[in-house]
Amino acid sequence: MKKYHPIKELLLGRMRTFYREPEAIFWTYGFPLILTILLGIAFRNRPQEVIDVDIADGPAAAGIKSHLDDAGGFVAHVRPTAECTERLRLGKSAIVVERGDKLEYAFDPTRPDSALARARLDDVLQRALGRADAVATADREITEPGARYIDFLVPGLLGMNLMGGGLWGIGFVVTDMRVRNLLRRLVATPMRKPHFLLALIGGRLVFTIPELLFILGAGVFLFDVRVSGGWLAIVVIAFVGSVSFAGLGLLIASRAKRIETISGLMNLVMLPMWLFSGIFFSSEKFPDAFQPFIQALPLTQLNDALRSIILEGGTLADQAMRLLILMAWGGLSFLLALKWFRWT
Amino acid sequence: MAFAAYCRDLYKRYDARKKAVDAVNGITLEVHEGECFGLLGPNGAGKTTTVEIFEGLLTQTSGHVEVLGRQWSGRDADEIRQRIGISLQDTKLNDKLTVLETLTLFRSFYRTGREPESTIDMVSLDEKANAFVGKLSGGQKQRLAVACALVGDPELLFLDEPTTGLDPQSRRELWDIIREQRDRARTTLITTHYMDEAQRLCDRVAVVDHGKVIALGSPDELIRQIGGEHVIEFDLIHSDGQGSVVGADLFQGLPSVNAARAEGGGYSLTVSEPHRALPALITLLQSRQLELGRLATRHVSLEDVFVTLTGRHLRDEEISSN
Ligand SMILES: Nc1ncnc2c1ncn2[C@@H]1O[C@H](COP(=O)(O)OP(=O)(O)O)[C@@H](O)[C@H]1O
Ligand SMILES: [Mg+2]
Repeated sequence: MKKYHPIKELLLGRMRTFYREPEAIFWTYGFPLILTILLGIAFRNRPQEVIDVDIADGPAAAGIKSHLDDAGGFVAHVRPTAECTERLRLGKSAIVVERGDKLEYAFDPTRPDSALARARLDDVLQRALGRADAVATADREITEPGARYIDFLVPGLLGMNLMGGGLWGIGFVVTDMRVRNLLRRLVATPMRKPHFLLALIGGRLVFTIPELLFILGAGVFLFDVRVSGGWLAIVVIAFVGSVSFAGLGLLIASRAKRIETISGLMNLVMLPMWLFSGIFFSSEKFPDAFQPFIQALPLTQLNDALRSIILEGGTLADQAMRLLILMAWGGLSFLLALKWFRWT
Repeated sequence: MAFAAYCRDLYKRYDARKKAVDAVNGITLEVHEGECFGLLGPNGAGKTTTVEIFEGLLTQTSGHVEVLGRQWSGRDADEIRQRIGISLQDTKLNDKLTVLETLTLFRSFYRTGREPESTIDMVSLDEKANAFVGKLSGGQKQRLAVACALVGDPELLFLDEPTTGLDPQSRRELWDIIREQRDRARTTLITTHYMDEAQRLCDRVAVVDHGKVIALGSPDELIRQIGGEHVIEFDLIHSDGQGSVVGADLFQGLPSVNAARAEGGGYSLTVSEPHRALPALITLLQSRQLELGRLATRHVSLEDVFVTLTGRHLRDEEISSN
């Protein structure tokens, strides 16, 4: 063993540079943690939906209002017809009801809350006016850990951070070194180029561990998220995801000569994944025609794998295909980056 | 004869947006093993470009380049890098690492070399070993850059303006390091626009201007080439009615005067034997009833060589281009 090993020294240098830079620490660890906590609080216990109903003024209006108040779950007001229409248009109410010959509902069927309001409102009023249920019903409400929005959200946030960390943590750092002519001095030494790139990616792996612990830890300890699968499987997936995005970051940064260029490229690459890869809502909501594209995105695969393990108790073997896609992204990017990389 | 570094008919053209610049315009250099070779010239002369082609950081437009008997291609490139040390004109290092960490990093790239700690001692940065690079003064950074060049214990050392911005004390320390390099039969290629530095330090000097070598030889040879080893500089007091200026050619014919030039309101004579030229000068001035305001004699320097060859000063160039 040599006394001074280049990979070791490069890796140490990378880590020292990172932890001596308070801003980098905040944006890598602090910010995602805060985001997780805030979103967790925002979505933890959504109170039961209350439906805003406007009742167009008329002879039967007061009666409808009292039925709705009795049923609960509605905030009902009697208003002049014109005002009702205006409020609906502005989205201040979900639905307007008017009693003429018939019960007349005015609502926007493309608004989910409007459509829901139409169904509930009609149900309550019909019953109050004497309709009997054909069959008795019973409701069982599920708010078990594992099925709540926060459970869905935490793996998505983790995936999003692994993407951001890999792309920024490599792409930005490399471009910055190029802009400041640090790479130029290094390439004038006999340093082996793959050593440099490996050390960068190795550093990224090390930084992944606290990222994983912070975000999952916040989920587990603050919001009672239950991790069904194995921790080892999670770590493996996180590492593969991290390396994959590190490779992509390297590729994006392989020729960029200005910080503005890399910022633009980075956002260009991340934007589709923010939208389509299922961070805040399931990627399955997009039309089938989009799915081949969505499934090809590395973040989709990473998020799906994380959810499968964390929420459904999936094993590593279940993620084989996803791992393969992630590794293909990472490997291909790394090879291209090695080929195109510009040192000055 | 083996050359530590060698180039023949070297050309480098930068294709800038508006017009092409021929930074190096046909340079041939032979740097001998074990010597300290200086590239002396004003800013923009093409020194950095030449050196960075030798260092493998730039590619020449045309011409042949050999470093330690090898060319910059494939496996040989790695071998050259192992055996040369480089201090760039503006070396950028990671501000977040300490001096010792930086040198340990650079040391790890070389098969053999010096201990980082002893290299720090060589450039007198021992008190700053654990200081962050970002907190060093300009001169300290410059010395660290030189330490990075030395830590691989190179056979061939490239120093691009290593003393620019250094205080006199640090400059002298750096000269000692370069002399020590020569004592150990190592080769140094140094660029500078300080003529005194070139004169004291270099075995041989190439004076470069506009991408061309305009003079080559040991400092003594160059000085002898301009004919005369001494310079007499003097001012005249112009009393009214006497006619304000006399032409410099008035002094051309004095004994042992090789060249006479009007300069900055006074005159400058290049002289081989002051003990003959001076009395003749005084006699001449008396006969013309011209009164001396100032008179000084000094040895010819490389600066005078440059002025004689180009009609310009090394430093003026620097000031006007900054
Ligand atoms: N990257 C570049 N692009 C265009 N012109 C350049 C570049 N680098 C240097 N030059 C020009 O080439 C000439 C020689 O520069 P340089 O080798 O740095 O001179 P020196 O080191 O002697 O001051 C100068 O005119 C300079 O402006
Ligand atoms: Mg220069």
